[in-house]
This record gives sequence, C-alpha cells and structure tokens, in this order.
Amino acid sequence: MSSRRSSPGEGDAGGARLTGTAREQHLAPDAAGGLLWQPADETLPTARLGALQMERLRETLRNAYEHIPFYRKKLDELGIKPEDVDCHGDVADLPFTTKVDLRDHYPFGMFARPREEIVRVHASSGTTGNPTTVGYTRDDVDMWGDLIARTLAAGGVKPGDLLQNAYGYGLFTGGLGLHFGAERLGCTVVPISGGNTERQLKIMRDFGATALSCTPSYAMYLAEAARDRGLRPEDLPIRVGFHGAEPWTNELRLQVEAGLGIDALDIYGLSEMGGPGVAFECLCKGGMHVNEDHYLVEIVDPETLQPLPEGEVGELVFTTLTRQAQPLIRYRTRDLCSLTSDPCPCGRTSARMSKPIGRSDDMLIIRGVNVFPSQIEEVLMSIPEIEPHYQIVVDRKGYLDVIEVWVEVGEGIFAETMGDLERFQRKVQAQIYNVLNIQVAVKLKEPKAIQRSEGKAVRVIDRRPASILGR
Amino acid sequence: MKVTQLTVFLENRSGRLAEVAGLLGREGINIRGFSTTEAAEYGIVRLIVTDPVRARDLLHAAGFTTHFSQVICVRVPDEPGGLAKVLGELAATGASIDYLYSISFQNICFAVRDIDRAIELLKDKVALLTDEEVRAL
Repeated sequence: MSSRRSSPGEGDAGGARLTGTAREQHLAPDAAGGLLWQPADETLPTARLGALQMERLRETLRNAYEHIPFYRKKLDELGIKPEDVDCHGDVADLPFTTKVDLRDHYPFGMFARPREEIVRVHASSGTTGNPTTVGYTRDDVDMWGDLIARTLAAGGVKPGDLLQNAYGYGLFTGGLGLHFGAERLGCTVVPISGGNTERQLKIMRDFGATALSCTPSYAMYLAEAARDRGLRPEDLPIRVGFHGAEPWTNELRLQVEAGLGIDALDIYGLSEMGGPGVAFECLCKGGMHVNEDHYLVEIVDPETLQPLPEGEVGELVFTTLTRQAQPLIRYRTRDLCSLTSDPCPCGRTSARMSKPIGRSDDMLIIRGVNVFPSQIEEVLMSIPEIEPHYQIVVDRKGYLDVIEVWVEVGEGIFAETMGDLERFQRKVQAQIYNVLNIQVAVKLKEPKAIQRSEGKAVRVIDRRPASILGR
Repeated sequence: MKVTQLTVFLENRSGRLAEVAGLLGREGINIRGFSTTEAAEYGIVRLIVTDPVRARDLLHAAGFTTHFSQVICVRVPDEPGGLAKVLGELAATGASIDYLYSISFQNICFAVRDIDRAIELLKDKVALLTDEEVRAL
C-alpha cells in the first residue's frame, strides 16, 4: 500500500483505469461532503460502466463454467456459452442461483478455486441444517476491503480516523468486513465487537472514536445508554456511523443521528455476495449506491422472475462480477426493494437501491442475525415432548427485536413443580441458542391456545412496527 | 398414606381458575383443598378433590393438561404451636418440601422427594391421614 496517495483534492486519475482492485488509490472529495476512495471507478460514465460489466460478466461466467460443475450443468442445459453473453438483455436468459443451491453444495461445492487457494471462509445461517459458506481468495479479500473503504470514505472517513467497530466478529461477515476495509482505508480500527455497552461508551470517549459501525438497533441502544448516563451528543467524538445488516427506517436514522450527534448511513450486503459493502449510502442519504463495477444488479418479479422496469419494487438479484473464489450468477437475495439510476448529487454514477422494504421468503432478521422459522422448527421437533403446535412471535422491546417461541404444554412436558417447567423452558432456549445463536424466550401455553389454521399454519407473528420495513 | 393430588397447568389468564372450579362443581366433584403457584405467565393449580379420576377426565375433555401425583396429608393439632410441632417433625426428617398448602381447616398437605421415607419417619409423630380419611374430612 506504500504507493497509495491519499491527499484529498488531488482528483480523479482521469477515468482511464478500469481496475477495481488497483493498488493505487486517489482519495478525492465527492460533491456531498464525503470522499471517493476510487474516484475513477466510482464515477465511470454509464456507457463505460455497462461495457465493463459485460466484460466482467463473461469472465465470471467463464470462471463459473470452468470450475463449478453446478454452473456448467445449468449453462449447458440452457445452451449458453459464456462468450455469447454480450449485452444486458442477455442477462435475463441466465439461470438464477438460490440459497438452497448453496446449501446443497455445502461446504465448498460452489467454490471456483481449490480450498487451498481460499484464504478465508465466512458463513451465514442457511434455511435449514447447513450454513451457507462464502470463500475468498486474497484478491477477493482485497476487493472487499476496497468496497468497505469506499463505504467509509463516502461518509467522510479518511486515513487517520478511528473506527469503533461494534459489529460481531466471527463467521458473520460484518465484523471482519468492516475491519479490513477500515484498515485498507488507513483508519485506526478498534475491534470491540458487539455488546458491553458500558465499555463501548468508555472506549468511544477515551480513544476518541470518530466513526462507529454496528447494527442500527445497537446504535440506537448506545444512543439511549449515553443519554441515560447524562452524556450529550457533543460529549461523544463520533462524526459518522455505518449501520446495516438489518432493515431500518429513516425515522430511526433521525433518532440515531440526534442521539449520537452523527450522520448515520446505511450499508447493504449479504454474505453470499461477500458481505457488507455491496451497496452504501453517500452523505446525500438518498438510497444506497450499488458497487456496479463489482455487482450486476437486477430487480425481478419474485413470482414470474421477469425483470421489472426501473423504479418498481421487486426482488433484488445480484451477479458477482469480480469475485474469484465464488462467482454467483443471478443470486436471489429475497430482499424486496427498487432501483433508481437518477444522477446522485454526490457525483457517483452508480444506480442506487432503496432500503429493503421486506422479504419474498419468511426469513427474519433479528438483531442482525438471519433466522428462518424452519430452523426453530427443527430444534423444536428434535425435542420429543413438544407438541407439533408452536408459534414464533417477533416483537420489539425498545429498539431491540425479541423472539418468543410459544409452545403448548401437553402431558409430555407437564410435571409436578414450577422448577420442572422452568428447567424445560431453559432447555429449549439453550438448544435454540446453540443452533441459531439467538436468545429466545420460550413461553408455555395451554393446549389449543395456539390458533389452528385451516390451511398453512401461521408459524410466525411479526408484531414489530411495520414502519421498520418501510419509510 | 399417600394421597392423590390432581395438578392442572394454567396460563395466567383471569377466570381460568374459576373455569376449573366451575367445571368440577357442576359435575358434583368437591374440592377439598387447592393451591396455586405464582408465575408471571403461567402457573400450576394443585387440587385435592373427592373424585380425582373423574375430575382428571373432565378436565382433559375440556382441554386442560393435568398430572397426578402423590402427596402426604397431616392433621395439625388445633392449638397454639400445633403447626410448629408438625413442621418441626418434618424438618427433623431432613426431607425437603417442594410445596405445602392447607386443606380444609386443620389439615395440610405437602409433597417431598422421597414420600415413602417421609411417611415412615412421620407416622408415629404426627397424625397422618389416609386417602379415605382425607376424602371424608
């Protein structure tokens, strides 16, 4: 990185380079008060961007075709040769990829490189059983770092800033993703991870953190905790926050911003695409810029799977354009949102996605953790005493999501003393925690207390305010 | 000397206990004693009734979850220090009481982990009641 120049104002190198993983960086101001980490790449004229996408798409298809039997079979079945794809219209002919496909090829069957060339593996929860694995080559990690550096720079973060990274570290992509990106940008990173609010507030002030990354709900929790301790926003040195991994509203943004005295920016990603940094907000806060030089983005009708015109709400679909270890073609995110390519005042030329307004499947996002009701069901059904009637109730206490699992007390569970019942509750809670890594509250109900439905059982009741999903 | 107790799981909703009592009353089953536990969301009602088997069947039919268990019932002398004497003997056995409640006016009932041992140790010290004696109180 020694060749990296980082003097703001130096400007674009001329837009000639199309190399997203270039080692030479030219930090330059954008027109919204933030910075461009890769000015040439981030402001490519639309036509140039389109041509670059097609070139990279063909390379991605070649990589997938040659190294991943799953894709070779799919493309052969459709009679598609990677070199045949030469315009955006051809994309609609390509096959989709789903989370089930990834699960079916667990753990490394969707990798395009031998495991020995993979420098990192992350994982997220799958719909049932196996998690979804994500592999990275060294170049993939570098590319990811650049995307996070773009994200942070867009919020005005520059070399020398101190990022308090309160995303969870581990298999979850949030912690290490932000960490490497911030180091790449030249920040001081404090890998504090999530939780321990007292320590978060102390370190924030003692270390002089100027940027914060965590889920939006945890940002709000920190803001409230600061207020409860008599801290005013001006007592906290943070200027900007990066908050993703779960849906949040503009209303919550205003509260986080007032509570911590910061600009609170949204950041979008999913582990299957490599993690956070797929799209990010600039200081205009008018939708998230998709890193289109690395991801081909589409919106399709979740029923017919036909592409939808710009501006319409549908399912977000991504194709990786530069990932080496794990190219994914038309990956169905199940997130529902819309796209706009209207020019953004910041100067970036990329399309922007709206905040996701819901899901086209039943996945729940609980405090940043993806949870499928089927996973909870699997745990419950592995406990013989439990009746096949249960309900998952999602609610919000303060700013944090809580899950209740309602279980009917049949003869199998019922015992003599309250202690026995409480032990049973704790046992179920512990088993769910072991599998899903989330705390749930098991609630014991009388037989027939859980409503039977005529058709498909209503397994999930989401009582969270609807506003969390929309604007 | 063991007495059959009927236990019912109840969510903590108003009127639920009255439903249980009403159901048994309509069917001519007399509640000789009962206790409830305290819990935020659910609780256990313990009942000593004149016909535990029929009471269980009725409650089952009405959708309640029930459980039979065996408890010890003791006659407590109706005089100052009467309860203290019984509890003192109980403590001397070393048995740990899971719960204890009173039935009728002068009788209490309680459950212990090792009921046979407790009965053996108590039978000459306090006035233990047979199942029949309890029903006839």
